Amino acid sequence: MPHAEKPIARLAGAVKRYGSLTALDGAELQVHPGELLALLGPNGAGKTTAIALLLGLVRADAGSVQLFGEDPQSIEPRRRIGVMLQHAELPPTLRVGELLRLTASYYPNPRSLQESAALAGIGDLLRRPYAKLSGGQQRRVQFALALCGRPELLFLDEPTVGMDIDARQKLWAAIRQLIDEGCAVLLTTHYLEEAEALADRVCVMSHGKVIHEGTVETLRARVAQKRIRCRTTLPAELIRDWPGIGEVRQENGRTYIVTAEAEPVVRRLLEADPQLGELEVQRAGLAEAFTELTRDADEASTNPQREAA
Amino acid sequence: MDIVMTEAPVSFPATMPRRRVLGAYLEEARSECLRYMRSPSFMLPIMLFPAMFYLLFGVLMAKSNGADAARYLLASYGVFGVMSPGLFGFGVSLALERDSGLLTFKRALPMPPGAYLIGKMIMAMAAAAGVVVLLLAMALTLGHVTLAASQAAALLLVGVLGVLPFCALGMFVGTLFKGQGAPGVLQLVYLPMSFMSGLWFPLPMLPKFLQQIAPIWPSYHLDMLALAAVGMNTQPLLGHVLVLLAFAAGFLLLAARRLRRHG
Repeated sequence: MPHAEKPIARLAGAVKRYGSLTALDGAELQVHPGELLALLGPNGAGKTTAIALLLGLVRADAGSVQLFGEDPQSIEPRRRIGVMLQHAELPPTLRVGELLRLTASYYPNPRSLQESAALAGIGDLLRRPYAKLSGGQQRRVQFALALCGRPELLFLDEPTVGMDIDARQKLWAAIRQLIDEGCAVLLTTHYLEEAEALADRVCVMSHGKVIHEGTVETLRARVAQKRIRCRTTLPAELIRDWPGIGEVRQENGRTYIVTAEAEPVVRRLLEADPQLGELEVQRAGLAEAFTELTRDADEASTNPQREAA
Repeated sequence: MDIVMTEAPVSFPATMPRRRVLGAYLEEARSECLRYMRSPSFMLPIMLFPAMFYLLFGVLMAKSNGADAARYLLASYGVFGVMSPGLFGFGVSLALERDSGLLTFKRALPMPPGAYLIGKMIMAMAAAAGVVVLLLAMALTLGHVTLAASQAAALLLVGVLGVLPFCALGMFVGTLFKGQGAPGVLQLVYLPMSFMSGLWFPLPMLPKFLQQIAPIWPSYHLDMLALAAVGMNTQPLLGHVLVLLAFAAGFLLLAARRLRRHG
């Protein structure tokens, strides 16, 4: 897909092996200025390795890795990013303000302490030692550290793990605010609603490869299942014979139908049963789309893996 | 098209003025000092063990042997005290931070290269200075040792610089063992080495064999410098300085190689 702007972070044919394990197997990934790209995939799909390559923590065995057009292992491109990692225990005896001051000192043009604290909602925690904070508060502090350098690209690795719903909503709002200011975000998450709520584009990874890339809409459309629910007297066997029907089941007096295209089925349902009630049509959520995609990839990858073994 | 750069939407220089880079080094050192000075589980053993030993052997039991014994043991327990911030401050904290993800986080951030290690080094030097000052105070008051100001300053200098070879050794051990395994290994290095270099009991009181192999321990060489500082060693010192330098450089290189390979 041609894009007007040059990507600010890019993996091209990136391969990374750990011993006999191939963590990344020719991954392609691009982050463009100002967008939020969500990286999804089951554990072991290669998300963490992809991030580690883009942060310059490990070197690719093959392919190219670029951050702002440069090697991420050099410090200059990293002065334009902010980082929130999933597992990072910060020094317990340092106060929040001191952590912020230290991290901001690494950047050429950081935000003021107050601005960073306000954006992350930790203005009241600045004098508290890090170890005395709750898990959710610690995540918010880590988010403040990620944004304090006024980054153009933010890496957020599972940012809302351990947060309650209220804290999560606040973090989402803060992320949206940063995007409005022109900051791009690469988000890894296994909360699909998080990707749905925030992402412009999603990348689904499986077995070290990117198996789907596109908008949230196209990911849903790729598994274009719709779910119809209604109360009807029509027997399930009858509906099952109609064209384009995926699955029909009846439970507690309601009929559930899965189909690729809902409109003709609904029309036919209404024609066949004028008494039909409680009609509801739903598009499949990202969760279903995602499960389907990774299952397909699992099936596809079993054969070549056997050859390799 | 890969070579053509488009203008970034918000444009400010990603290059850092030299003053801000220096500032980052200072912040790192400041944070490192603050976090350990506030941590009693780190500071207490470092300060208390040498102080307790000195009080027992250097002040109370040395009374019968006169002020020279107190003076001699000031140097050796000073060296004993200086070793631990190097080994533990550097080695254990590196091992723990490799395990806890803090080192990974810092490597992802645009922290100036070297700031992490230099910060820890300065912290270890500050802690070493603290130990030497504490022992000096005990020697001058309780031990009735008389020292010229220049001798006290020389001992302080030996302590502050002498911690560096042990930082390098601690760093190397810290790259070999992750997490909680490192403290135990470092104890196994620290205590026997102190004993065999004559830091607990003067070397002439140890078995002949131990006396002969003492020059392989870096702590022996540092002890020679510390004894010279308090006026109890008039032998040439250059050899000891060179051994310590070589020792520090060797372990630093080994550690740097392991860090680069294994992170």
